[in-house]
Amino acid sequence: MTEQSVVEETHVQDPHDAGEERSLASDAWRAMRKNPLFWISAVMITVFVLMAAFPSLFTSTSPNQPVLAEARSLPGDGTWFGRDFQGYDIYARCIYGARASILVGLFTTIGTVLVGGVIGVMSGYLGGWVDSLLSRIGDVFFAIPLLLGAIIFLVSLPGFFDSNYLLIVLKVVLALVVLGWPSLARLMRSSVIQVKPNDYVQAARALGASPARVIGSHILPNALAPMIVVATINLGAYIAAEATLSFLGIGLQYPAISWGIDISSAIIGLRTTPHMLFFPGLFLSLAVLAFIMLGDAVRDALDPKSR
Amino acid sequence: MTDTTTRPSASGETEYVPQDGKLLEVEDLHVEFHTADGVAKAINGVSFDLHQGESLAILGESGSGKSVTAQAIMGILDMPPAVIPGGHIRYCGQDLLTMPEEQRRKTRGPEVSMIFQDALSALNPVFPVGWQIAEMFRIHRDMNKSDALEQAVRLMERVQIPGAKDRVKAYPHQFSGGMRQRIMIAVAIALDPAVLIADEPTTALDVTVQAQIMSLLEELQEERQMGLILITHDLGVVADVADRIAVMYAGRLVEKADVHDLYASPAHPYTRGLLESIPRLDQKGQTLAAIGGLPPNLMRIPDGCAFNPRCRMAQDRCRTEVPELREVAPGRLSACHFAEEVIDA
Repeated sequence: MTEQSVVEETHVQDPHDAGEERSLASDAWRAMRKNPLFWISAVMITVFVLMAAFPSLFTSTSPNQPVLAEARSLPGDGTWFGRDFQGYDIYARCIYGARASILVGLFTTIGTVLVGGVIGVMSGYLGGWVDSLLSRIGDVFFAIPLLLGAIIFLVSLPGFFDSNYLLIVLKVVLALVVLGWPSLARLMRSSVIQVKPNDYVQAARALGASPARVIGSHILPNALAPMIVVATINLGAYIAAEATLSFLGIGLQYPAISWGIDISSAIIGLRTTPHMLFFPGLFLSLAVLAFIMLGDAVRDALDPKSR
Repeated sequence: MTDTTTRPSASGETEYVPQDGKLLEVEDLHVEFHTADGVAKAINGVSFDLHQGESLAILGESGSGKSVTAQAIMGILDMPPAVIPGGHIRYCGQDLLTMPEEQRRKTRGPEVSMIFQDALSALNPVFPVGWQIAEMFRIHRDMNKSDALEQAVRLMERVQIPGAKDRVKAYPHQFSGGMRQRIMIAVAIALDPAVLIADEPTTALDVTVQAQIMSLLEELQEERQMGLILITHDLGVVADVADRIAVMYAGRLVEKADVHDLYASPAHPYTRGLLESIPRLDQKGQTLAAIGGLPPNLMRIPDGCAFNPRCRMAQDRCRTEVPELREVAPGRLSACHFAEEVIDA
């Protein structure tokens, strides 16, 4: 027996991975490090997050201090980006507007991942009538157009939600989570269904793992990758959705500062004072682009076929 | 088989004591799959028992129900579509089929354990192998992480993985096929089970490695006095390891015998066909002797003896009357109306 086992050990692991441990996460990180797209988006996201957390790092001007005499002044006339109709400093408003966008994007993503993930895992793992029921409920929400649904949802919420900044943000987050979870639930359901028949799940059951353990340490780690990618890309999409809702006047409202609100109020001066529209529009586009690029980089890194 | 001492119970709740050395008794087991196309009768009344320290080989073609038998014993059949309309599976006298699910779950691992065919897909790709072996100790024995990992290294050494200490943190894809199967074995025997089911443990391996894995299994079985159920379609693999062989066809046992008797003089035409279809060196250039026809569709098992359409000896009686599994010689069971003639032939 001993001499037999010596023979077999001639299969040594690949030389390039000798020594270093390779897990999915470390592999992904290695691939991501080499991707310029990742670094560009990471830097942009860092800047936006800093803006959201510490706007005073970027500007000492208050976004709520109008100088009516200088209203509609162009960029360069004492301010970097000029002033809007009310005489607010556009640069300061762009900086302060990041907070609402990042908060809405982040919380909506967390919310949809939690709700969609749990429901997706349940319907994928349990199958049968639970799956049918949850999937049909998902279909109902999936069928509602985002804007139409959000308008109805936001208008019908009680006035209590307009009382302070966080509640206003929460209101928009709620609307987007309620309408956004089914896509993640579907995604999670399908990857759980893909992972579930694998032998290692059967093996875990055969070796006495409880259902919670089978899901937690055998199904989830193998089914999570698509969800991470889509959630990252969605974060950018939710920022755009928030701006859209605010633009229509049903999303964030005063006293919140949002790129969408600023774009909306600048629209009447589209031909005479386009800079009022341009700068918040630019910030919004860059923020959305950054998250979508990050999502792309994560997808490339997690997809073994792309290597 | 004289050793009937109480095994320490890992769950700390129920003690399982073999009765007259009998670990496992399968009695008149039926399994059906209810599909959209109809009911497939995968197992139709299988009975056997397994003693301490005994190895029983279950032999059969694809679709003969051998893997389903294993899954039914382990309780990992997906129900639905599978249904168990009848039968008993007793472990140390307690019926696993009527046991509450939570109690049954606790028997998996410490009492009854299983090795799968393809170790690469049976190991979780995202965790290091040491973690997966250690998981057994952490779940079932509440061991802390470092103790469990230490045990894992010891087990990896026991299944002869060279450099176990350095490789405990490696991932399944970094091991060769044979090494992966050794790890799977380490996971399965971690809690010192009384019964080990090996479902085609060497099918995915090449021939030289097959022999190593089989002798490792044999060694472990003798060392721990486990009852081993070896499921295979490969007659060559079982010859050295098994004590008794049960041959399955279309969800029934058609022959049960000591390994030597069975090889020397099979008592069922199907077994004889299997033995004759092993390619032999001294018959080079001749046509391979194969059993004609295909295994029956499990939704339409032929009347009478299920093997009759493919049997060279089939007569009218075989097409109408299901042969009982009966004792045809001391210690030998066969389900053929003409078993005596087959043995003598």
